[in-house]
Amino acid sequence: MSLEKSEVDTISRLAAISVDATEVDQLTAKISNVLDLFQRMEAVDTTNVEPMSHPLDQVQRLREDVVTETDHHERYQKLAPAAEKGMYLVPQVID
Amino acid sequence: MHTLSVKEMSEKLRNKEITSVALTQHYLDRIDQYDGELNSYVTVTPELAMEMAKHADKMIAQGKGGLLTGIPVAHKDIFCTLDVKTTCGSKMLDNFIAPYDAKVVEASRKLGMPILGKTNMDEFAMGSSSESSYYGATKNPWDLNAVPGGSSGGSAAVIAAGLAPLATGSDTGGSIRQPASFCGITGIKPTYGAVSRYGMIAYASSFDQGGPMTRSAEESAWLLDVMAGFDERDSTSLEQPKQDYVSALGNDIKGLKVGVPAEYFEAGLDEGVESNIRAAIAELEKLGAEIVEVSLPNKELAVPAYYVLAPAEASSNLSRFDGVRYGYRCENPTDLNDLYTRSRSEGFGAEVKRRIMVGAYALSAGYYDAYYLKAQKLRRMVRDDFVKAFEQCDVIVGPVAPTPAFNIGEKSDDPVSMYLADLYTIPVNLAGMPAMSVPAGFSNGRPVGLHLVGPYHSEAKLLNVAHQYQQVTNWHQQMPESYQ
Amino acid sequence: MTWEVVIGLEIHAQLTTKTKIFSGSSIAYGAEPNTQANLLDLGMPGQLPVLNKAVIPKAIKLGLAIGAEIGRRSVFDRKNYFYPDLPKGYQTSQFSFPIVDKGGVVEIEVEGEIKKIGVTRAHLEEDAGKSIHDAFPGQTGVDLNRAGTPLLEIVSEPDMRSAKEAVAYAKKMHELVQYLGICDGNMQEGSFRVDSNVSIHKPGTPFGTRAELKNINSFKFIEQAIELEIERQIEVLESGGKVVQETRLYDADKNETRSMREKEEANDYRYFPCPDLLPVVITEEDIEAVRSEMPEMPDAKRKRYVTDFGLSDYDAAFLTGSRAMAEYFEAVVAQTNEAKVSANWVMGELSKALNQKGMNIVDSPVSADMLAGLIERIQDNTISGKIAKQVFDAMWSGEGAADEIIEQKGLKQITDSSAIEALVDDVLANNKAQVEAYKGGQEKMFGFFVGQVMKASQGQANPAQVNQVLKEKLK
Repeated sequence: MSLEKSEVDTISRLAAISVDATEVDQLTAKISNVLDLFQRMEAVDTTNVEPMSHPLDQVQRLREDVVTETDHHERYQKLAPAAEKGMYLVPQVID
Repeated sequence: MHTLSVKEMSEKLRNKEITSVALTQHYLDRIDQYDGELNSYVTVTPELAMEMAKHADKMIAQGKGGLLTGIPVAHKDIFCTLDVKTTCGSKMLDNFIAPYDAKVVEASRKLGMPILGKTNMDEFAMGSSSESSYYGATKNPWDLNAVPGGSSGGSAAVIAAGLAPLATGSDTGGSIRQPASFCGITGIKPTYGAVSRYGMIAYASSFDQGGPMTRSAEESAWLLDVMAGFDERDSTSLEQPKQDYVSALGNDIKGLKVGVPAEYFEAGLDEGVESNIRAAIAELEKLGAEIVEVSLPNKELAVPAYYVLAPAEASSNLSRFDGVRYGYRCENPTDLNDLYTRSRSEGFGAEVKRRIMVGAYALSAGYYDAYYLKAQKLRRMVRDDFVKAFEQCDVIVGPVAPTPAFNIGEKSDDPVSMYLADLYTIPVNLAGMPAMSVPAGFSNGRPVGLHLVGPYHSEAKLLNVAHQYQQVTNWHQQMPESYQ
Repeated sequence: MTWEVVIGLEIHAQLTTKTKIFSGSSIAYGAEPNTQANLLDLGMPGQLPVLNKAVIPKAIKLGLAIGAEIGRRSVFDRKNYFYPDLPKGYQTSQFSFPIVDKGGVVEIEVEGEIKKIGVTRAHLEEDAGKSIHDAFPGQTGVDLNRAGTPLLEIVSEPDMRSAKEAVAYAKKMHELVQYLGICDGNMQEGSFRVDSNVSIHKPGTPFGTRAELKNINSFKFIEQAIELEIERQIEVLESGGKVVQETRLYDADKNETRSMREKEEANDYRYFPCPDLLPVVITEEDIEAVRSEMPEMPDAKRKRYVTDFGLSDYDAAFLTGSRAMAEYFEAVVAQTNEAKVSANWVMGELSKALNQKGMNIVDSPVSADMLAGLIERIQDNTISGKIAKQVFDAMWSGEGAADEIIEQKGLKQITDSSAIEALVDDVLANNKAQVEAYKGGQEKMFGFFVGQVMKASQGQANPAQVNQVLKEKLK
């Protein structure tokens, strides 16, 4: 099963990953190979089967509504590529 | 000292025959000597290790701590380690000094287990050979031309070569068990939720589990005891009383029903692997186990289901790596889109990019039902297979991988055959059940592992079976000559 | 060429919890940037969400108040897209199985007509952070304090047909969430945000393409913006163009809407169940526990004030303007048993004083208890209505309760008949000319005599008695 180049472009955009011209064909072929595996799923009859998100039948545990966190922004922002006046910086977004 | 078992080390520490400082230094020296060629550590932390060793010796002197106090450990570089570079094998996190400890690291630190360093791995845990690491491939100590397996290849190599007495790994589709098998060591992936994922950098959240990698089952039991336990910071952490993995180790296994799936011994299985596994099964029989034939009819569906679900979760989990708050950022981004796209495209390796794109595709409009939802249904079918099989038996055995370790560079161009190599291990992660790899022999000079799978919460039983097997075999005690 | 307007509203209500939906960070408004953003809020690797229990009863309250089905097993899904204020690269929301499901209905009144607006669903989700565009040249600053704040997104059916209907619905919902105590409704601070989806079509044809209006934080501007958008769409379609599906912002200064950003293709959010969170299971017991704590809804209150207390619609509407005011009023009535008098005091003197100070009734220095005490002193004739205003001012200034003040300032009404007679006699004796004038036909002089008596008694003579005695003496 093969993947259209336009589909690769769409996924690249959604995933914010660019693939340069030399890589595209290779990548497309490799993804298509994996998708062949997916074809095997189609033939299986799953009419009465419920989807399973988590292996064990757990339900969500709840947390008390109590403030437990204190301010560590100076320490955390040491990890930031660009931060100033307590804020993270990115190229200007025009709304 | 590295030829001692951890039990012996522990006794000597408590008897003051050796100190943690000496033991830790011994391992640091070995790392210096051997890791240049093995490349199993991304980061070695000698100052931290020595500081912790000194502290451990004090704890022991005061009669504090536990059996593993003073025993050094190597953590897979997927576990956030406070103030230590934590890379997940990726350029994306090459500059990331973790601001906190994962639960697994926190527990080992509290117990006074000196941290030797962070071990190499496939980038973001995506791979079965450790070849995709930004820091280069790790070599298999048994044969430097071979891969150690992946994604926890670094941890497997350090145990096999005696560059740490204990190591931690993580397993999403076989990443503890397969490298354990390839390197001739013991490893266990516990029941989903038994080990907290807090601080373990996520690949596929509904599959990921951390676990021990050690020489013997007994050592794995001890280390699992430290790693496991309820953690309120992880919603998927099992809320259950503290499990006892150790006291049942010595039980005999007479009457144990050992299930052997008919589907496991099909064409494609390496001869050497097959004969070792059959011999291992025979050993279990000698120990009193009863061999039962079981069936896992939907085994084939596990691989495509996994390769939809895991990349789908990963594509979302890895969206946080965007060059804004931490990690790699491209130079001079021209606009926001450029910042995201270039940081991610330059920061991620080829396999990671491939899986992110496959995952995004599987979730995208028009394909969600055919791929993602379908895969979730198959997941239930695979799980139900196991549940049914466990009505006939107590544990299921078979090979961990269809072949022993392959050569470096041999499989990396063919993603699909690499995927097929996970055929035995993957179904277990879909089901969330516990499973082990236990050294069971060699094929053409490369180790072969026996796979043991149990129902939910049967870790103690699996470790017991492995331990009993290790009383009558000595595969787990063997070490490559160059590292002895 | 009549166009039919179709409007649906998506309301984001910030829930009144202390901490975020998945982390223990505070959600208090106004903190310095990134001082309320912990490792999870920053999207650090290896961090995991754990659900805040306080959001569940709040969501259930809304569901019960609008008569919707409560989702017994709701699931958190990830909505995937990239934006600087979205640290994980996905927003945790609910897509397939929301906590409040179908069946909800809200009644609105527009120009005398009652209409029912359907509520499709309401779901829990986390808020994003804030992008600050004008603080750094050429760059945007990101503050993640708000990232992770719990939101309840309330989605209406596209049942509204005019800007007025849309605003009526929004106001109703605004009142409702405050009455339920689940949201403080502060639109300036962004705790109650209304997104309007507007489209037009010819009756009998399918709905048109809709445009979304965002980031408008007053009802007046929402109404204006929707009207403008309707006009714009009519113009576009009537000149042969097509309405583009896009997000538009409202510029209050220019009174126009403009396109927000170039939206090339619509975003594919790739929703899937969040694997770090498990399904939220709600039992009958959980629902009953919330039901038993439900406050009386404003519509029911208004009806009750009219039928039981005999108040006018206007008074009922005023007094139920906020839950706090309604509860204050009810507390006063409970003591005084005089609805009308109590209403007058709350709507009059009390509201005037509150407005002057820009105060909320919950901060009133005169409590319901204190006001009731004052009214009782009027009722039992200890003081007159006029003196009572003096006493109220003193209470407001913190001089104590009514009885204390009356005692201290000697404000008791004079009701002793001989004392009043004496006062009247005095005034009449000292104003013989005016008495002559009155007896000569100038009836207005009566008011003069009353005034003189009140002045002589420092306003404390009981007016009714003064009137009576004067009438007797001037016969």
